[in-house]
Order: sequence, then structure tokens, then C-alpha cells
Amino acid sequence: MSKKVVVSNGEGRREAMKHLLWGGAGVLWTFAGGVPRALHLGSRAEAGEIRGFSFGQISDSHIGFKAGAHPSAQDTLLEAVGRLAALKPDFVIHTGDVSHLSAAGQFATAGEIMQGVKRDVFYVPGEHDTIGDGGKLFFQRFGRGHDGGGWYSFDAHGVHFIGLINVVKLTPTGLGWFGPEQLKWLDADLRQRSASTPIVVFTHMPMWSIYPQWGWGTEDAAPALAALRRFGSVTILNGHIHQVIQKVEGNMTYHTAYSTAFPQPAPGVGPGPGPLKVPADRLKTLLGVRRLDVVADRVSLSDSTLAQ
Amino acid sequence: MKFFLRRRRTLSALAAVSVAVAGTAALVRDGAVVAAAAPAMKPAVTITNYSFKPGTIMVKKGATVTWINKDDDVHTIKGTDGPEAFNSPALESGTRFGYTFHHAGTYHYICTVHPYMHGVIVVR
Repeated sequence: MSKKVVVSNGEGRREAMKHLLWGGAGVLWTFAGGVPRALHLGSRAEAGEIRGFSFGQISDSHIGFKAGAHPSAQDTLLEAVGRLAALKPDFVIHTGDVSHLSAAGQFATAGEIMQGVKRDVFYVPGEHDTIGDGGKLFFQRFGRGHDGGGWYSFDAHGVHFIGLINVVKLTPTGLGWFGPEQLKWLDADLRQRSASTPIVVFTHMPMWSIYPQWGWGTEDAAPALAALRRFGSVTILNGHIHQVIQKVEGNMTYHTAYSTAFPQPAPGVGPGPGPLKVPADRLKTLLGVRRLDVVADRVSLSDSTLAQ
Repeated sequence: MKFFLRRRRTLSALAAVSVAVAGTAALVRDGAVVAAAAPAMKPAVTITNYSFKPGTIMVKKGATVTWINKDDDVHTIKGTDGPEAFNSPALESGTRFGYTFHHAGTYHYICTVHPYMHGVIVVR
């Protein structure tokens, strides 16, 4: 059983329900009842005292990535961190591939740059963070889990957050894999929650099959999703594919995220999932960060690119 | 790496000579080898478009196989089956890795970052 990491003793969920706040840049997409709805930012859904609860997502910073004239991953992460800090989330999650080659120096650089968000950051590793050592260096610097293989959960403002790890052992076909120990832990962790508790799951590789030929999925996601299905609001956040793809399935919404380093091709387009070469003036339209606003059991997403 | 590259050049030269002498897998014109089909001549595997090319190569015992990463992404080499265990560090774009096979047998290997990438080395 994991120890709980308490992010904030702030307002309870009932209190949060009284207030609605939409913030960030661009357009907010809400997923109430499974139906996506756009709200222009700056509008407030309810007058009165404003107390928002929000968090940020940043992903696939790939510190150490180099490719010709491509801007350094350090520079684009710095820019992304600046944008995320300006969105003023309460805390931030990083959905993996912090480094490109799992090198100690790359983790150190990433950690230093991420301090720029001036918020608590909750990390899960990507497969680029576990090369050669199963994630040992990653967990030394960014680990939160106290038991098992580094997975963990915490509560914030009445929402239960779960950081899962599906990259330490990939399947022979390249898919992510949780493994029975982690699934057992997840089951026990969820069993303590009432079905009305909003759940946010974050893990690196997508928990639904986006393009399995490129390893864009998690082989044993089904039992995890089955354990999550009884909850009224489940938001699943992933990285790995360096683009935003979303899916709604009942009360469960799935969202992949932009990278801060380089884009990847659309699923199955081209010979492989390698870095997508785009004109320099287009690159920043394909890199970005995300702010998520939680109101009651609704999670609203706002993706901002580095070009905005 | 420098040491390894020197060894590789030497091995390639030796392989070329032996094939030229045997005359079985090379075209010999005016005493120079101009084309060769024997995979043992150049025990090298190119990593491109998320695959190992050629997917299977045959080498002699004691030969050093070189993998060259020509993808923009990072790859690794890890033996999954065979008489010896071998494992590369993370190979950035443009870098290479060499391993000398001392025991005959069939070696299967993968990239641990993209395990759907498979290759085979047959050592005789």
C-alpha cells in the first residue's frame, strides 16, 4: 500500500463545487457527460468568489535530444516551463520521457529547468527514462512511490490522482505493460474510494490502443480500466506520442499530450514513429503544455502550443 | 570507440581478402574486389526506419558486428536468446556499437526501447 502524498489541504470537493473557474489560453474543452464542449477562455461560468483548482501537464521533454537544426530540447523545455508557470496551476504532472537517453546529466538538467514552474511536480517515467537501468536514476531523482515499482497515488482537493508505470518492462511487441503487482496495487488503491471520487490517472504510454504496431498502447490496460469503470469521472492522461489525441468512453476520457521537444507523425503515417521533421516556423505549433481545471467531477482541458 | 573502429577496419580488410581468395561470393576484376554478396564480409547492421537491416546476418566466430543507428530516434541492442548475452547502451542517432561473438550459435536481439524491432546474428 502506498503512502499518500498530500498535495494540499485546500478546499474540499464540496467547497470546490461552489466555484467555477476557467483559465489558461485558447479554448477550453469540457467533457461533461462525455460530450465535448468548447468554452472560450476568459468567460466565467459562475459569478461570485473565484477559487479554481487546476493542475498542469507537461510531457516528453526528451532532454538530450538533438537532430540537426532542431532547437535544443533544453531550450524548448525552458519555453514550455515559462508558459506553464504563467498558467498558474496548483501543481504539475510530467508524463514521462523527461530525458532522451536516461543519462544522469539529462535528468539533472530537466530537474533544474522544471523548477521554473515553481510548483510541486509529480513525475512518471517514459521508456526513454529507463534505458539500461530499469529507471534507477530516474526514480532516485523523481520517484514518489514508496513501495513496489514506483507507482503511487495522492489526493488533491478531493480528486484522487494515480501515477502508474507502464514502461519498465515493455512487451515483445513494444506495448506498455503494468504487470500483475501494479494492477493488484491499483485495485486495492481504488477499492478504498467511493465511486463519486473523481479519478485522474497519469502514465506515459497510452492506456488505449492507438497504434499497436508502433507500441502505442498498453497490453494489460484492460484490467486497470475495468477497475476504474465504476467511477463517475475518470481522466486518463498520457504522453509518449507527442500529439494530442482524445477519446471519450462513458465516464472515462483519455488524452495524450504534446511533447515539449519534437512532434511525432500521426498514427501509422510513415515508416515509423520517429521525430517528425517540420519547417522551423511550424515546429512550435506542434509543441505545448496543458492546463486542467477541475470543477466538481468535471475536468476541463486547455492545450497551449509554444506558438500561441 | 577508436580502438574498436581500428579493429573493425582490420576485420573488414581480412574478410575482403579471404573472400577474394575463395572467389565464391565476389566479383574479381583485375585483381580487385568490386562487388561482394557475402554478408560475412561486412558484419554491419544498419538501424533505419525502426528496423535492423539486414534482419539476419551470418558471421564467423570471432567476428565483430557493428550496428549503426541511422534513425533520428534512440535505439539499443539487447540479446534475448543465444550463447552469449550482449547489451548496448542507448545509441543516439549517428552512433554505432560493436560486439564480438566468440561462440557459435544463433543470437536473437531486440531494441529495448522499441521491442518490436528484431534481428538475428548467426555465428558459425
